[in-house]
Amino acid sequence: MKTVTLTLTNPSELLLEGQNITPDNFAGKKTAEIAALDVWEGKQKSPLGKYFTIAGDGGATAAETKIVLLGDCTRVKRIGQQMTAGEIVIEGNADMYIGGWMKGGKVHVKGNVDSFCGIGMEGGELIVDGKAGCHLGSSPRGEWRGMKGGLIRVAGSVGSDTATFINGGTIIIGGAADIHVSTHGEGGTVVIKGDAKGRVGGQMVKGDIYVYGTIENPLPGFKMVGEVEQEVDGEIALFAHHIGDLGERHPVSKGKTVYANLYTRL
Amino acid sequence: MSELLIRNGFVFDPLQGIKGDRMDIGIKGGKIVETSALNNPKTIDAAGMTVMAGGVDIHSHVVGPKVNVGRLFRPEDKLFKSPHKRCSRMEMGSSVPSTFKTGYDYARMGYVFVNEAAMPPLHSPHVHEEIRDTPIIDNAAMPVFGNNWFTLEYLKNNEIENNAAYTAWLLRATRGFGIKVVNPGGSEAWGWGLNCLHIHDPVPYFDITPAEIVKGLIETNERLGLPHSVHLHCNNLGNPGNYTDTLDSLRLAEGYTPKNDFGREQVMHVTHLQFHAYGGDSWKNVESRTKEIMDYVNAHDNITVDMGQVTLDETTTMTADGPFEYHLRAGNNLKWANVDVELETAAGVVPYIYSPKIKASTVQWAVGLELALLAKDPMRIFLTTDHPNAGPFTRYPQVIAWLMSRAARDETMKTFKWLDRTIDATSIDSIDRELTLYEIAQMTRAGPARALGVSNMYGGLAPGMDADIAVYALNPGDMPSDPAGIEKAFSRCAWLVKDGVVTVRDGEVVSEPAKRTVWVDVKVPENAQVQRDIYEHFLRHYSVKLDNYSLFEEHLHNSRVIEVDTT
Repeated sequence: MKTVTLTLTNPSELLLEGQNITPDNFAGKKTAEIAALDVWEGKQKSPLGKYFTIAGDGGATAAETKIVLLGDCTRVKRIGQQMTAGEIVIEGNADMYIGGWMKGGKVHVKGNVDSFCGIGMEGGELIVDGKAGCHLGSSPRGEWRGMKGGLIRVAGSVGSDTATFINGGTIIIGGAADIHVSTHGEGGTVVIKGDAKGRVGGQMVKGDIYVYGTIENPLPGFKMVGEVEQEVDGEIALFAHHIGDLGERHPVSKGKTVYANLYTRL
Repeated sequence: MSELLIRNGFVFDPLQGIKGDRMDIGIKGGKIVETSALNNPKTIDAAGMTVMAGGVDIHSHVVGPKVNVGRLFRPEDKLFKSPHKRCSRMEMGSSVPSTFKTGYDYARMGYVFVNEAAMPPLHSPHVHEEIRDTPIIDNAAMPVFGNNWFTLEYLKNNEIENNAAYTAWLLRATRGFGIKVVNPGGSEAWGWGLNCLHIHDPVPYFDITPAEIVKGLIETNERLGLPHSVHLHCNNLGNPGNYTDTLDSLRLAEGYTPKNDFGREQVMHVTHLQFHAYGGDSWKNVESRTKEIMDYVNAHDNITVDMGQVTLDETTTMTADGPFEYHLRAGNNLKWANVDVELETAAGVVPYIYSPKIKASTVQWAVGLELALLAKDPMRIFLTTDHPNAGPFTRYPQVIAWLMSRAARDETMKTFKWLDRTIDATSIDSIDRELTLYEIAQMTRAGPARALGVSNMYGGLAPGMDADIAVYALNPGDMPSDPAGIEKAFSRCAWLVKDGVVTVRDGEVVSEPAKRTVWVDVKVPENAQVQRDIYEHFLRHYSVKLDNYSLFEEHLHNSRVIEVDTT
């Protein structure tokens, strides 16, 4: 695997739209060609090399390309958007839409990220060591077909509207979650190891949510049906099992109505 | 005055009966002229290419409030579909494209005239503002009458003269083009939570039937002698077994003959017929009844129809048929919008996915094509997708390829999950007919222009007509063996000349000639009764005042008025 190192040496005045920073776009390109890729600052299009110092060539394919971003990328958006393979390591913070519409590969952010990260994800891994903003692993605006697969792991807390319209895949949150988790969910799993504020599983049709802490304002549409022992993220624990959202339509499979499951740790 | 000469192309002009002859077309001052009238023209070499008049779309939802609702509530329709391209304005969206993309994409396909299929009269200023913002193509818009309280009351009392006076007033107030009828009575009944599925179901409160509404409006239309006929979206759209209701609706035109000075030969245009030609009693046993429908249409000269071809795409349905959209959303559980427009109409918008994996969709696909392939006279059946209801207009080239090539149809049918059941339920597999370029020209230009009553300006290449000419990179003597070649040629025309200006070259927009708003101004004798009724209704029932209702002159963009005098 070949490594391309991007160091942000000339930060932009406005937010930088970095959707071209993906292993797919870097694959098969020499340093100079990578430096010539487009990025947008507002409505101005500029080459990547205007902002970043670039070292190393891309691998033959996306899977053989690793990108390391150094410097403060707090204002660089859309890194790893639509990537299908390879690896990206962001050594500090990053802005919105990191790993959005990812199909494969791995993105590792060692700092915090802003909102809309991992939205519309279909596969791959997004690891955030810090905190994440709102709409983590959510569906794009207006879209009713949300996250289909992959894994998102955030060590810290997350903002509101996590996993809206989730259809598949897993989101594991180490800290607390703000309101609206898995709204309209039709599959997938969300694990919240801290507290959840409220509206957890609203209008959820199918899928699982695990909350280890407390839910400040639980929804009345969920009903407790028993206690179960489950293995979650490598450890076994006892949970109270709720089904819901009882105010929503639910599919029937093999003569049995399918409900969404909300597990709260006992 | 700029002069142009389009040389040596294979010319197809059904209005003059020209069937692929090698001819030169002269252009001077934005009009087509005899080539002998040119002095020193610029030349476009069309050797080995097909030359047709600019396309005319008789039924497409491109401007107005419900299109905009679609744009607003489907941001995902624009996701990754807003390319950074070289053009003067931003293009985005696919099933509900932005106004700019609408204009550019129609132009790229060689179209110059698009008739907006349904204008809520109350919202006509919005319609005209979007017409102004849709570049290149000339637009007309038809106000909806089939559920209008004035119309219902006049027709209930059989006051055709009063209804004609009201119609003339509304056409002027909205700068409208003709009489559109959507689910007559049904959208009004929807205000009571009801619908009119059959043409003899009474409309609540008004106590009139859809049959009476349609017949009354045909009489109104022929009394006024409008360029276009009544433009009907039948009752019971989109439900299995509805073909009997469609036949009942078609029979309403019996006994009426066209009276107009515009060369129109029909008294009723029935739109998106594909949605109205189903047998069976549920989506499980739905079947094609195109044979019964087309036997009737073929035998009756005073009717024209358009296809409403399903293109098997993800799209956004939108219609003034409020109850239909409500029932559609119950089927797919997606987001939806429904609205009631005061005394006039209703509307609904629901995203919809036509998939080759779903039998209902593939049967609908077959039904649309069968209608065109069973038609005896292509001058009376027009190519539409009821954009965006059955598919986006950008898929017309694919529809043309399906019509012109059995191989194209076979290739698409290979992708069907329920191919055997689709073949059992339809007759598409038994039809080998492949339409010719001449027949395509009839269905996309000459026919719609004649049915709209604008064939003195659009849809043909005779001297004196607008210089709207599309040149496609297709050699009729050497048609591509691969149907994808046909689709490619019609997607991006080699040249489009609009009003004598080269607008598209090699599929790219190179200039934006001024577009026009086409509308119909009817002079009728003064009618004190109708004026009093309008005043009263606005006083009592409308949320706006009469003075604020009519379109202000500044909303009307580059007017091209068709005048009709009945006094």
